[in-house]
Amino acid sequence: MIDMNPSTNSKAPAELGQSFGKTSGSKFDRKARLRWSNQLFRMICIGSALFVCLVLLCILVLMLRTGVLTFSNVSLTEFFFSTNWDPENEHYGALTFILGTLALTSLTMLISIPISVIIAVFLAEMTPKWLRNLLRPVLDLLVGIPSVVYGFLGLTLLIPWLRNLSGHDLADGLLAASIVLTIMVLPTISRISDDAISAVPNKYRDAAYALGANRFQTVFRVVLPAARSGIMYAVILGMARAIGETMAVVMVIGNTAQLPNSLFTPTAVLTSNIVMQISSVEFDSTWNYGLYMMGFILLAISLLMIVAVRILQKKGGRYS
Amino acid sequence: MQPFIEMNKLNLYYGEFHALKDVSVQIPERAITAFIGPSGCGKSTLLRTLNRMNDRIPGARVEGRVAIGGIDIYSGEVHVESLRKKIGMVFQQPNPFPKSIYDNVAFGPKQHGIRGKKKLDELVEQSLRSAVLWDEVKDDLRRPALSLSGGQQQRLCIARALAVEPDILLMDEATSALDPISTFKIEELTHELKDRYTIVMVTHNMQQAARVSQQTVFFLNGEVIEHDATRQLFANPVDSRTQDYISGRFG
Repeated sequence: MIDMNPSTNSKAPAELGQSFGKTSGSKFDRKARLRWSNQLFRMICIGSALFVCLVLLCILVLMLRTGVLTFSNVSLTEFFFSTNWDPENEHYGALTFILGTLALTSLTMLISIPISVIIAVFLAEMTPKWLRNLLRPVLDLLVGIPSVVYGFLGLTLLIPWLRNLSGHDLADGLLAASIVLTIMVLPTISRISDDAISAVPNKYRDAAYALGANRFQTVFRVVLPAARSGIMYAVILGMARAIGETMAVVMVIGNTAQLPNSLFTPTAVLTSNIVMQISSVEFDSTWNYGLYMMGFILLAISLLMIVAVRILQKKGGRYS
Repeated sequence: MQPFIEMNKLNLYYGEFHALKDVSVQIPERAITAFIGPSGCGKSTLLRTLNRMNDRIPGARVEGRVAIGGIDIYSGEVHVESLRKKIGMVFQQPNPFPKSIYDNVAFGPKQHGIRGKKKLDELVEQSLRSAVLWDEVKDDLRRPALSLSGGQQQRLCIARALAVEPDILLMDEATSALDPISTFKIEELTHELKDRYTIVMVTHNMQQAARVSQQTVFFLNGEVIEHDATRQLFANPVDSRTQDYISGRFG
């Protein structure tokens, strides 16, 4: 800092250089204060980032620590490769639930991704403005509806309808659950995809139309590929919600620990099984530990899926 | 010269705004015609009526006649996509798709049903050569187009437009976002292309119009003020407003 006292000003220029490094005497002059606040802000940012990682780590450790106690009484092979879940008789095979979760999530995504993307394209590219202004808030509201409500709708409207359609006595099962989940994740995926598609610069559309492409070609070969990473992100969010959804699933899946032989067979998934049993087990039992382990698996599946989608996105997004 | 594009009493409205007023211009084949004029005078709008890009703007309304090769392009029988296939367009900002160089050039032909790797490879090479970009990119056509420099991107856009084998090339201030060297390259390129294509360019740069074009049209507030051979218009403008504009007194 340049010292502006008249006495120093009158000194030789060589000494002016020295005064740059000096503080003006006060302990908290501007330079020191700036350095201090910069450092502080940096520390807060790094601290926050570390804190988030720490929380994730703690959750993983907590679930895993209790979960691994399962394996003092149950072999790894039994837990992961047996479908016999009968804790009263000391059978702890969780394969049914793991497969159930994977199947339910895949089926849900299979139905919901195409529908959501079509809704998003419709909203972003084709709808007249007044309809768009009506539909967007409606979809946003749908995102916020409690999952129990969707469960009720599934229970009272969907299941009777599926019973008639399929001829089964009980229509609870993977199809009913995936339809309810589809309705739940549809607004999320379509609204975020809609935003991603709307954010594609108009210059790409101009270029495509000027080359004589029609609207279909422009949307599917230029706009959607350009919005790919945003749509991927929407899919991740939707998938995360589908994997972890409990209440709506419990109400329509049938809650029976058996491998389904059709889409209409009552079965169970990780979440539904945990929530149905956790309140009735002893605290220190293998059964309880088994449920914790299932919680950990659920966590691991959702983390892995997110990582997988990220990797896919990086590969596919080479040009974006 | 035989007029190739004929506009007769063309009026264009954006809602209430009267953007083009009674424009009648005849554009010769296989030559460069430059539209000059201050910002907002309607020259880009006029360019966009030639390939009906204004159709995409809600509230735009066209009256009058625009004929290309004797066919009224605003009559009901004209298929817009086929029309645009015959008229390439290059925009102010280079706008290659976020795809590879190859996919950018092959995009147009593919949309018009050209299949087969050999045919597409040939078209891509030929178009990139016409746009004088081939030597710079031939080693890796799979590179992302967005990794090219601005000038290269603009030449890629020209190659992409040429790949659908148009008769006309519209250039909407195609060099205004580029540095002088890239601008020079594109001007050289247009000079070569004019033997095969009818080029209509909009430019803010009067030296550019004087350098590259054979015909110049001067616009002001949506009206044609003067249209003449470029040399004639710059040397002996008839209208005093043209004189004022080309001597830099306004605009």
